[in-house]
Amino acid sequence: MSLHVDVRKRLDSFTLDVSFTAGKGITSLLGASGCGKSMTLKFIAGIEKPDEGRIELDGRVLFDSAAGINLPPQKRRVGYLFQNYALFPNMTVRQNILCGLNREKDRAVKETRLREMLRMMQLEGLEERKPAQLSGGQQQRTALARILVNDPQILLLDEPFSALDAHLRDSLKVEMRDLLERFGREVLMVTHDRNEAYNMSREIAVMDKGRLLTSKPTKELFADPGSIPAAVLTGCKNITAARRVDAHTVEVPEWGVRLETKQRVEERLCAVGIRAHYFNPAAQQNRFPVRFVEEMEEPFETIIQFRYAAQRGDSPAIWWRLAKDKKPPQFPGELGIAAANILLLYE
Amino acid sequence: MNFDWYPLINSLRIAAISCVLVFFTGIFFAYYAARLPRTVKGVLDVILTLPMVLPPTVCGYFLLLVFGVKRPLGIFLMQFGVKFVMTWYGGVLAAAVVAFPLMYRTARGAFESFDKTLAYSGQTLGLSNTYIFWRIRMPACRQGIMAGTVLAFARALGEYGATSMLIGYTPGKTATISTTVYQLWRTDDEKGAMFWVLINLAISTVVLLSVNMLEARQKKAVRA
Repeated sequence: MSLHVDVRKRLDSFTLDVSFTAGKGITSLLGASGCGKSMTLKFIAGIEKPDEGRIELDGRVLFDSAAGINLPPQKRRVGYLFQNYALFPNMTVRQNILCGLNREKDRAVKETRLREMLRMMQLEGLEERKPAQLSGGQQQRTALARILVNDPQILLLDEPFSALDAHLRDSLKVEMRDLLERFGREVLMVTHDRNEAYNMSREIAVMDKGRLLTSKPTKELFADPGSIPAAVLTGCKNITAARRVDAHTVEVPEWGVRLETKQRVEERLCAVGIRAHYFNPAAQQNRFPVRFVEEMEEPFETIIQFRYAAQRGDSPAIWWRLAKDKKPPQFPGELGIAAANILLLYE
Repeated sequence: MNFDWYPLINSLRIAAISCVLVFFTGIFFAYYAARLPRTVKGVLDVILTLPMVLPPTVCGYFLLLVFGVKRPLGIFLMQFGVKFVMTWYGGVLAAAVVAFPLMYRTARGAFESFDKTLAYSGQTLGLSNTYIFWRIRMPACRQGIMAGTVLAFARALGEYGATSMLIGYTPGKTATISTTVYQLWRTDDEKGAMFWVLINLAISTVVLLSVNMLEARQKKAVRA
């Protein structure tokens, strides 16, 4: 049970070149907007055609440029949840879901499966409504019902929560995750939101300008993004050029410091990243004198900007983020970072 | 009283038949033009829209160039007893050519603003392209297509220039409302001309009113 993608297509500003394998469970494609992640979903669904390559799903070839195979979307058995849900506006909830049952010819079976799906997705009582008369969450459930009733072999989700109000998002994420676990097949989700990717997925593939940088289990990726774009996409605020000194020491010229690392440093190191949460006035490792620059408050956290005493003038201030109740009464003269919290970034 | 109602019947059948022709050809070209490569589309677009900006008499002139009884195509068609010059169904041809761009352009505008993800999601659900076209795309573009149809019908009903060039004015044979109005006015029959003007006004009003009523009913249905 797995999806293999290895495709290329020339686009206006870059060449999209992705190759990955996704297994059971939720895999996220994380990337900035316009990096080609939605296009990748369209390749898999057969809506867009790659210039060359191969796409295979559970042993079925969906696309193979060398063999001249390009199955139409209708034959791919791929469920695609669009960002705007793409419900047919002229049809009721019932008619929309029946569209997903078009392969089933037996009317009684159709009706039973429709009923089951309406119950499962908590849409009972809304059958005769038009999409415009539904809330965002109901629209999402209707679109999912229409897709799931169609019994797809894989589910593609394109920014599934972006059309929803912020306060709805978290509860729907939990709902959707449980539902997708019951679905029990491959799910590929596209998102630019690191929290969404972290909440929902078992594995994350990071995309940047049409290329797939890394593909790792979620927690590993956040612990060790490995490249600058991946560090940025996972929310690392402090990234600066660095050089290897020895197996466990790096030199950071802009900040005027040398940092001790827990991970082994390789020769091709180009930068280090330090998450804003990881500075600690109590840490003894990598402890250096600092100078306060600015402070910004959020409801539950404080963001402090500071500079190292020896920091170069053109280098931007460093971000430190901490819970308000953990904030020391006075700005400390020195800050440390645990050696394990230095992210080593390579080309 | 033995009043000659022929112009009314003739005008209505010319407008109705040409409207049906234009409905299908306009939609066909609008749908396929949208998928052509940009340069081909540009050229085709100019050709298909020309009848809208050319004077109708010029359209009629071109029609005579192609279908005239001494032209190759005209001679060829004559062998099958088909003659577009000086016949009522020649009027259908003239009205269709002039009304076509109105249907084509409004339908194309509607298709272009159609949300493509609707068609894509239909395809991934396994719906056939024919089903998607008639049950999803057409209903979503209904307003634009209806507007185009009404405009085309109104234009076909009021066609004068190309019609008079191609089929002229023969009472009881090729006379339409608009050619009759001109003919009666030219022969100083003010009253007769006014009568046909009023008939024309009445038809146009009925058409527009029914369109408005249809739209209002649709909006109500959506709101309910």
